[in-house]
Amino acid sequence: MATRQTQLLARSLLTPAVGLLFIWMIVPLALTIYFSTLHYSLLDPGSESFVGLENFRYFLTDPAFLASLQNTLVLVGSVLALTILLGIPLALLMDQPVIGRNFVRLMVIAPFFVMPTVSALVWKNLLMHPVSGLFAWLASLFGLTPIDWFNDVPLFAVILIVTWQWLPFATLILLTALQSLDEEQKEAAEMDGASAVSTFIYITLPHLARPITVVILIETIFLLTVFAEIFVTTGGGPGLQTTNIAFLIYSQALIQFDVGSASAGGLVAVAIANVVAFFLVRIVGRNLEA
Amino acid sequence: MARIATTRRVVASTIGAWFFGFLIFFPILWMMLTSFKTELEAFAIPPSFLFFHWTTENYATVQERSDYFHHAMNSIIIAGGSTLIALLIAIPAAWSMAFSPTKRTKDILLWMLSTKMMPPVGVLVPIYLIYKSFGLLDSRIGLVFILCLGNLPIVIWMLFTYFKEIPRDILEAARMDGATIGRELVYVLTPMAIPGLASTMLLNLILAWNEAFWTLNLSTSNAAPLTTFIASYSSPEGLFWAKLSAASTMAIAPILVLGWFSQKQLVRGLTFGAVK
Repeated sequence: MATRQTQLLARSLLTPAVGLLFIWMIVPLALTIYFSTLHYSLLDPGSESFVGLENFRYFLTDPAFLASLQNTLVLVGSVLALTILLGIPLALLMDQPVIGRNFVRLMVIAPFFVMPTVSALVWKNLLMHPVSGLFAWLASLFGLTPIDWFNDVPLFAVILIVTWQWLPFATLILLTALQSLDEEQKEAAEMDGASAVSTFIYITLPHLARPITVVILIETIFLLTVFAEIFVTTGGGPGLQTTNIAFLIYSQALIQFDVGSASAGGLVAVAIANVVAFFLVRIVGRNLEA
Repeated sequence: MARIATTRRVVASTIGAWFFGFLIFFPILWMMLTSFKTELEAFAIPPSFLFFHWTTENYATVQERSDYFHHAMNSIIIAGGSTLIALLIAIPAAWSMAFSPTKRTKDILLWMLSTKMMPPVGVLVPIYLIYKSFGLLDSRIGLVFILCLGNLPIVIWMLFTYFKEIPRDILEAARMDGATIGRELVYVLTPMAIPGLASTMLLNLILAWNEAFWTLNLSTSNAAPLTTFIASYSSPEGLFWAKLSAASTMAIAPILVLGWFSQKQLVRGLTFGAVK
């Protein structure tokens, strides 16, 4: 029974949030679009001039863009694949009757709460240092040559760190979904003589399809803009080997002070994220109706 | 009827789960152990796992040399401030959408979600320049503001899903009894909403505490929270692993504890209610 008065009140309660988010979205975005059409260098103030789509041409044909686009895709793709492929068995294992399950859960979820700069530096130094790191010591125990992670396989090293950070998220969501799976359905399948493998393929996996999709979409949103992990470990290098789109834009804006080109790059990043957002919003929207 | 778990199965899955759990937790444990070593022992090969000379001197040194508590205070103010302001803006909005929904409510919610999808790098340049011209670079208020806006969509969404679950009948009854909207809010809604509010606050505190894009780009020293402070250990001016570990342990300990309390809500908050 919404009266006109409560409707009015409801609208006025909503306005600040909507207004702020609208400004937050529109103003910077409009400025980014505007800057992207300018020749605008912070090193040379006052020389701004309209150059049309020149910045986009420059940004998109820059070899650094292709390299960083490739790095971004490899990083996002690998971390997604690793977190899902490791997360499913881990969630299945934790869904079993495990003594002290709550404690195991705490250990598994912990990396997600570690700030990115800490996890990156701990991995880089304590674990992956080529001489004194724990991995180097382990390698020497087995008579292997220690890997110089950030020189020989820098992107893979970053992928490992980011995977460690996001594996808990994937596992936790998959575990939550598994726990809502109807036990009786599985029991019925078992009584009918279904093997563990076919129970998994025909009952568990279809049930996990939606949470997996959600994990993929949400992780993608965050992984597209991985920044701190690269910032404190490799600084994008060696060369461009660990520069992703986010880091490239950062270095153009705040290291080379090229506002125009960085803005064009920013819009490219927004466009890429929008493709993912489109699907995520549709899935969440469908759920809202149910 | 619960499935009968055979002893063998329990033992096998327990060993497996503990093994992998320990493996995942190990880097954190290793960091904590290293924080109690001397710098020499911290990068000694072979490493010692438990039988080293335990010391707490790193914790003292970190505070003396780099003013750890200044940065910890920044983290508290920035994470706490942005969370409180976000809640103040989000509570009325979520309340309004949950209890007086209109035709457009769903669109507004999805639009809010889509603002969260915008990658921060997309607006790094204008925000940096705006902050520069208003003198907001390296200021706490600037970071409070940006983290508040960045997390607002998540806060509204979480609150909305919690408010939605409050039975409408109770509100109708209160209205029938002639309760005003103000009274309805204070006496009926608030007590039922507190668990949801608490977990929303907790999750948002964690996200703001660990946020490392805006904090790294917009703060250098004065307003630098722990994320930026820890990043300063990346400059290779020497191997200060024990001190790095001590500073890191202090930086993550409070949030680790909060996080462990809020792990159930985490799923809901970060999936926008798509997985419960």
